[in-house]
Amino acid sequence: MPSKPDAMTDTLDAPGGTPAPDATGARPFISVKNLKTYFEIRGSVFDRLMGRDAGTVKAVDDVSFDLAKGEVLGLVGESGSGKSTLGRSLLGLVRATGGSAVFEGQEIVGLDERSLRRLRSRMQMVFQDPHAALNPAMTIAQSVGHPLKIHKRAKGAEDQRRQVVAALERVGLSPAETYMDKYPGDLSGGQKQRAVIARAVVLDPVLLVADEPVSMLDMSVRSKILQLMIDLKQKLGLTYLYITHDMATAKFFCDRIAILYLGRIVEIGEASALYAAPKHPYTQALLEAIPDPDPNHTLPRNLPRGEIPDAAKPPHGCAFHPRCPRAFAPCGWEIRDLTGLLEARWAGMAEADHQAERALIGTPKIPDGPEAASRLPAASGDGAALLALLEKIRAEDPAEPFWTGVKAMHAEAGHVTIDWHTPVTPRLIAGKGTAAACHLHDPALAAHLPKAADGA
Amino acid sequence: MTDKPDTALPGHATLPARPGRFAPALRRAFRPVAEARGFARAMLWTGAVLTGIFVLMALFAPWLSPYGFDQYQAAGVQFAQLAPPSAQHPLGTNVQSTDVLAQIIWGARTELMVVALALVFSLTIGVPLGLIAGYFGGPFDRLMVLVMDAMFAIPSLLLALVIAFLLGSSITSGIVVAACAITIVYVPQYFRVLRNHVTSVREEPYVEAARAIGAGPFTILGKYIFFNVIQTVPVLATLNAADAILTLTGLGFLGYGVQPSQGAEWGYDVSRAVGDAASGIWWTTLFPGLAIVLLVTGLTLLGEGLNEAINPVLRQRATTKLKMEDLE
Ligand SMILES: Nc1ncnc2c1ncn2[C@@H]1O[C@H](COP(=O)(O)OP(=O)(O)OP(=O)(O)O)[C@@H](O)[C@H]1O
Ligand code: SF4
Ligand SMILES: [Mg+2]
Repeated sequence: MPSKPDAMTDTLDAPGGTPAPDATGARPFISVKNLKTYFEIRGSVFDRLMGRDAGTVKAVDDVSFDLAKGEVLGLVGESGSGKSTLGRSLLGLVRATGGSAVFEGQEIVGLDERSLRRLRSRMQMVFQDPHAALNPAMTIAQSVGHPLKIHKRAKGAEDQRRQVVAALERVGLSPAETYMDKYPGDLSGGQKQRAVIARAVVLDPVLLVADEPVSMLDMSVRSKILQLMIDLKQKLGLTYLYITHDMATAKFFCDRIAILYLGRIVEIGEASALYAAPKHPYTQALLEAIPDPDPNHTLPRNLPRGEIPDAAKPPHGCAFHPRCPRAFAPCGWEIRDLTGLLEARWAGMAEADHQAERALIGTPKIPDGPEAASRLPAASGDGAALLALLEKIRAEDPAEPFWTGVKAMHAEAGHVTIDWHTPVTPRLIAGKGTAAACHLHDPALAAHLPKAADGA
Repeated sequence: MTDKPDTALPGHATLPARPGRFAPALRRAFRPVAEARGFARAMLWTGAVLTGIFVLMALFAPWLSPYGFDQYQAAGVQFAQLAPPSAQHPLGTNVQSTDVLAQIIWGARTELMVVALALVFSLTIGVPLGLIAGYFGGPFDRLMVLVMDAMFAIPSLLLALVIAFLLGSSITSGIVVAACAITIVYVPQYFRVLRNHVTSVREEPYVEAARAIGAGPFTILGKYIFFNVIQTVPVLATLNAADAILTLTGLGFLGYGVQPSQGAEWGYDVSRAVGDAASGIWWTTLFPGLAIVLLVTGLTLLGEGLNEAINPVLRQRATTKLKMEDLE
């Protein structure tokens, strides 16, 4: 492996909040620190004229991890958690907004397009939909051979053909001659994915980002493709970033796993430790959702208790708190959670009761960021009546985690003021086994833990 | 292709240039035309035969036509003015004593030459602009869209008139002037269709895959986007050609088209003959008018047939999200 010792960057020395992948102290092969990739949402023409910001999706937000050579790191998370964006940022296919990603001593973030193109021979990608990832107007030989041509790796057409044949045979498309002059439309899904893998390995890369490489394939070929990837890793000495939403295949495939939620790593560690003793409630929920024996069941993309929140307006504090069964005071409670709570409550009530309660509650203003106290307007104008209703709701279900975040409620003229506990954004805390970003594992916040949740 | 494996393999040339590589890709892109069935096939064939007749007339005009387009005498004998069809003049003569059949045949040459020239001009301008604006986006794209939409909003005959008027004094060849006028009218259409198609194809995973293997923007445009958007051009070109014939004859009718000294032109012939019909002289308007209608119909049928044949396939392929209204 030709490394580039001269391209040493100072960012490598920064310790960061990342747990070292191995204790040997060797320089990591890939080092990602505080990587951020934000997307501006294009508002309407009107919004732009008014200078109004339609918002930002923090698809990858402050992500740090290291990857050793030959390692397989799994990125697991629900749809929209930023897995693909993280992989694409690492390859420079989308521009990261900030942070650093060092690959073989070379900083990727902010690198110009030309240097990135040169680096592409070292890092490659396998796509989710093999049909869409192949140019329908190119034959398999042209598709697989094109990287060789771009990077001038072939000495003439004969040499290129020989290398393409070798790549196709390596991924199990043999005899290669049967496939070379076919178009993608003539191949099956599994064959197309093999061709995509052949195109990815034809340049002899060291890193392969595999973005859900089997999720669009038939059950019958999934394990064959995964087996192929394992074989290739051994034969070619590859390092993988394996993106999936499927905890079951991740367990079988990965050395280490990072769990992503709304653009942040919420838990990261050795796969064995993570499966044996998951620390983060989100990881626990993902693991509980693995369907056991029946392979035809896929992981339900929605976990219990609520939907994935809007990525443009993530919940404050811990982004998982609206869905977290064990959330408590510092987790970032806010007025939107009350709206969610009321919707859930009313859904299970008789229509007349529901209307009676709804008549009392006005529409609160949703703040842009966390606020110390929120105002809930009383639709009737009677703050005291509204407070009484809120107290009644609390009394009916005192175990509801929402109430741990409410410091105090005061009735005032026309509204109720709710004082919140200060939200704290969880940081990854290394411990025995995995590192998790959850206040439950933060000794500094242990004082806030409710008695009931303590024993868990 | 198996006996000639090299043709399927790209050599080291930077862009597709060798016909050996170009041909299979094009053949593949237009395979649906050969496979068209039913109604589409009937339209395609009727259109192709009608258009073909006029193309043959245009190509072989010197041999097919009994006289030159501006010939008004033979062997020193002046042709009769407004003579009805006879053995000497199968379609009669017109007010300038020229043979109507000769006008029709030489006219086909003028019409098709102008349209072909305009097609070459508008493709060489519209297609690259559409590809570049669609792929790179940004301020250039916004500017181009604005300019092209503004041009598109002007009634085509009016725009052509203005251009013909402006260029008429500096360019002597009436055919080139008319072709330029028509080019200006149709460039926005090629631009719009190509640009919109490219903006959707640009988001395809295979384009990102091309970036992932290190392809530069122009390689991506040439090898990954061009062949996946080019199928729409023949449809648009034939439909536009039909429309262009109408614009050109319109220009001729108004006296701004190809001048009578430079070539026969059906629109001009009709304009000179409008009064004749009232006095029972039907051949001077009927035949040029019929020629216009038949050629426009032929091209339209050909275009619609191509559209029927190609677009169902486009719709099936997940890779293309061509909007039908773009073709109108
Ligand atoms: N080009 C883009 N422009 C704007 N927003 C984007 C863009 N790409 C991704 N996003 C947003 O970023 C977030 C993360 O998207 P991403 O595709 O990385 O998620 P993912 O984890 O790969 O999901 P999936 O499992 O569905 O593939 C989403 O909210 C998505 O809407
Ligand atoms: S910090 Fe932990 S306990 Fe709090 S909401 Fe997040 S996951 Fe749940
Ligand atoms: Mg994804």
